[in-house]
Amino acid sequence: MSALGKIVRAGVGRRRLQSLVMVMTTMTAVTASVMAAGLVVASRAPFDHTFGKQHGAHLTAAFDSRRATGSQVAATAHAHGVSAAAGPFPLLSLAVRPQPPAGLAPPPVDPVLSIAGRADAAGGVDDLTIVSGHWITGPGQIVITDGWGPSELLGTPIHLPGVPGDPALTVVGTARSATHTADAWVTPRQIAALTPPGSAPTYQMLYRFTEAGSTAAMTADRAAVNAAAPAGSLRGTQSYLVTRDTANRQTATFVPFVMALGILGLVMSVLIIGIVVSGAVSAGTRRIGILKSLGFTPAQVGRAYVGQALIPASVGTALGLVLGNLGSIPLLSQAEGAYNSGALAVAGWIDVAVPAAVLALVVASALAPALRAGRLHTVEALAIGRTPQVGRGRWAARLAARLPLPRPLSLGLAGPFARPARSATIAAAIVFGAVGVTFAYGLGASINGVQHGLDRDSPGQVQVDPMAPPEATAGGARPTPRKEADPAAVARAIAAQPGTRAYFSSVFTDVHFLGVSDAITAIAYQGDSSWASFQMVSGRWFTRPGEAVVGHRFLQATATRVGDVVTLEGDGRSTPVRIVGEAMTTGDGGMRVLTDAGTLARAGVTVRSGQFSIELKPGTDRARYVAALSAALRPLGVGAQATTGRVSATIVAMDAITAILTLMLVLVAGLGVLNTVVLDTRERVHDLGVMKALGMAPRQTVGMVITSVAGIGALAGLIGVPLGIALHDYVVPKMGDAAGTRIPSVDMSVYHAAQLVPLALGGLLIAVLGALLPASWAARTRTATALRTE
Amino acid sequence: MSTPIIEIRDVSKRYDEGPPALADLSLTVEPGEALAVLGPSGSGKSTLLNMIAGLDRPTEGGVTVAGVRVDELSEAASARFRRERVGMVFQFFNLLDDLTVLDNVLLPAQLLGAGRAAARARAAELLDYLGIDRHSGAYPGRLSGGERQRVAVARALMNRPALLLADEPTGALDTASGAEVRELLTELHADGQTILLVTHDLALADSCASRTIELVDGRLARDERAVTR
Ligand SMILES: Nc1ncnc2c1ncn2[C@@H]1O[C@H](COP(=O)(O)OP(=O)(O)OP(=O)(O)O)[C@@H](O)[C@H]1O
Ligand SMILES: [Mg+2]
Repeated sequence: MSALGKIVRAGVGRRRLQSLVMVMTTMTAVTASVMAAGLVVASRAPFDHTFGKQHGAHLTAAFDSRRATGSQVAATAHAHGVSAAAGPFPLLSLAVRPQPPAGLAPPPVDPVLSIAGRADAAGGVDDLTIVSGHWITGPGQIVITDGWGPSELLGTPIHLPGVPGDPALTVVGTARSATHTADAWVTPRQIAALTPPGSAPTYQMLYRFTEAGSTAAMTADRAAVNAAAPAGSLRGTQSYLVTRDTANRQTATFVPFVMALGILGLVMSVLIIGIVVSGAVSAGTRRIGILKSLGFTPAQVGRAYVGQALIPASVGTALGLVLGNLGSIPLLSQAEGAYNSGALAVAGWIDVAVPAAVLALVVASALAPALRAGRLHTVEALAIGRTPQVGRGRWAARLAARLPLPRPLSLGLAGPFARPARSATIAAAIVFGAVGVTFAYGLGASINGVQHGLDRDSPGQVQVDPMAPPEATAGGARPTPRKEADPAAVARAIAAQPGTRAYFSSVFTDVHFLGVSDAITAIAYQGDSSWASFQMVSGRWFTRPGEAVVGHRFLQATATRVGDVVTLEGDGRSTPVRIVGEAMTTGDGGMRVLTDAGTLARAGVTVRSGQFSIELKPGTDRARYVAALSAALRPLGVGAQATTGRVSATIVAMDAITAILTLMLVLVAGLGVLNTVVLDTRERVHDLGVMKALGMAPRQTVGMVITSVAGIGALAGLIGVPLGIALHDYVVPKMGDAAGTRIPSVDMSVYHAAQLVPLALGGLLIAVLGALLPASWAARTRTATALRTE
Repeated sequence: MSTPIIEIRDVSKRYDEGPPALADLSLTVEPGEALAVLGPSGSGKSTLLNMIAGLDRPTEGGVTVAGVRVDELSEAASARFRRERVGMVFQFFNLLDDLTVLDNVLLPAQLLGAGRAAARARAAELLDYLGIDRHSGAYPGRLSGGERQRVAVARALMNRPALLLADEPTGALDTASGAEVRELLTELHADGQTILLVTHDLALADSCASRTIELVDGRLARDERAVTR
């Protein structure tokens, strides 16, 4: 075995270029795969962990208490497939006013909390984890969901301004539900006391099912529950899958494209390793003959060649492992923020499984040519030597000879047909390189388009925040804590300001919809917002109270479509809202509703003020406008600012990862070409010598060698571009889906003739760059030396 | 006397180790001569041929062929020089297996960028003259050794070179084929073609050469003109 070891080592050392190519290609494959797999696992793990530990509810259902009694609702626990259930809990939405921190005005809208009446924190389904304080022990107490409002709320009263008598409840603790079944909990009896006259709480039921792994299973489970309840009483449900997708979105958005690049990398490394090893075998046929004549068995020869591939592949795998883990850090740290769950890392088993899988692939792709080498007859191997098989692709040579091209070029064109298998493999490698480039270009263009569209949630050129302190005065005196400026006065000042074209005010607030347990972020607009419409995926912008535009995840969560009506749960009251459009929004994972403030008012939620967004008349100097408006607003105690676009860290990270992985793919494709051309040149060194003896000049030699791959490159580019576009069209919507939005078609159709031509030429470029070096070697080889190798 | 076609002055060629392949060699060849280079294996015959063809450079000394200092040419210029002035024939034919006989013969003209029709006419003429026109569409692998060497000669003559270089042209041939090639070269010389041929084949040297030299250890050991010519 030590003799074999020596041969392997000599082989690797001698073929430094081939070894480098194998290192690069496995490194790329492992890096991308580790990142992809690490993200998939890490993005799911925290949610799955919490969900499992707290026996999270697979389905949260809301029943109309006027159509079903409590015991009828409780009986749905026996529906087919239900393994455990909790409830019914009376559920009420109420506007609340927590005690504002000292010196600050209350928020512009009283937020609405969905409050569940629940006696126990545990119960086998949706066990609540008490994060601080304690569970409710009696009336007048409330436990709020962890992370709602500042931590100083513990021990302070929360007022319920919409309930007659403006009662207050004391915050005694904070708790966490795996699927966020409610914002707050009180005793069931407390709910009864808080229910406004003339309205009734809904019944909330929480279920776990024996089968809940897929959307299809959840649909069936929901149907079973619906069938078990009185007709029409089930008003809404939410699947844990939606909650999980929303929670995972930061990391999950990366998964589709990192996975796509990872698969490209894997396929490329299989191809390239196949090429390199079979190239090494055919270049070493004579050597194999010698080894076998010295008494090596076929198995030993096969192993020697697999070993030759395995050493550089292991180095590449190790490097890829390091790069993949490093590359995952920025992605996973985003997820960390979302879960406040401590440092996340690529799961240990991935660091074992991915390298094992890649090395297995390497062995598999090296095995076929290695076995062929082992099985070669000794005499045959000694006899064939380096001469490539004669007679292949003659038709191509004849055809090429007729082309009106300089002879060296037509000779080059016919070259690939003499080795069809090798040419096809290298073409495939270039195709994948071209796919990578095309995909990366489209991804970047779409992402930037999306980013542009997402900037619409801070529209206009100038903003006025009626809560913000004015810019520091020249005296430098710290302004005293102020109250909010009168919104009507601010609006008047903006309207009076020359240069104002349009303006509105908007405010973010949490609202609830019947049947959706997650809190929904609403952006409530006052004034004409039509000029600041989000990028629409379908439908139109709202024009009157009672209409709303929503994000994609909202449609998923409520199982509704544009044109449907949903029920907004306000301050003890509800109101129908018609969905008139779907907008592209990734904020809050797409769980967003954009509507007129009047819609909220119909449900008893009053919007008192908001941030003003101002569109200027064309030609207005922004800096001067800001200064003038600030001066006009000074008596009111507020100022104006220029709107600044935000650059999303997520998008920067996506751009960077795409760029790096694509560059690696292109590099691998180029090195694959380089390696192939080197092999070809070595094998054809004698013929090259003959041609030079006949008077082929160095330039002609370079031309011939480059045309021998240029045709392949051009063809591969033509094939790769449509594939890259197809990949883009498949992956980008998946990313949107993970982020909670669909992608408007303007951001999808990013390939135009001006980009397609250079992209299609990309394959040619990869090929030419890869061939340039060996071509100049070929041109420089000493003819006399080449001719001696007879 | 006309200007010599080959003029070699004090040429030495040393490879990395060992004795020099050529040592202080001087040689002049006149147009129309047929020079046979004899000598034992390793005496520097092929090395000499390579120097003349501009395929290799001397370590010392100068090589002038048809008025051109070949040892001072750039790679590109030396390729152009070979295309225009020199035809080469090798022991193992060195035909390109993937090209037909006709395409092999056409190659030098195509590298030169000659007109298509003129090149085809010239190739047809040569193939006819050498008696291999019926093989013009065949691949070299199907031809006999003698036929292959005639194809190689046709290819070498394609651009009407001032000088035909042949390195053991009969070395790989059986007696009958060897005789064919010998006759061909003799005929070419009779038509006025300047030829320099390296050979072990004394019969070839006798019948074809107007002058014979012998190399031993890279030095000129003998230089004789055939008396009968
Ligand atoms: N490229 C080279 N590198 C090193 N040594 C070389 C090279 N070419 C030739 N030699 C050496 O130079 C010497 C002369 O070689 P050359 O090929 O000219 O001999 P030759 O007379 O043609 O012999 P043969 O009759 O066997 O063909 C030999 O010793 C040979 O080993
Ligand atoms: Mg020789």
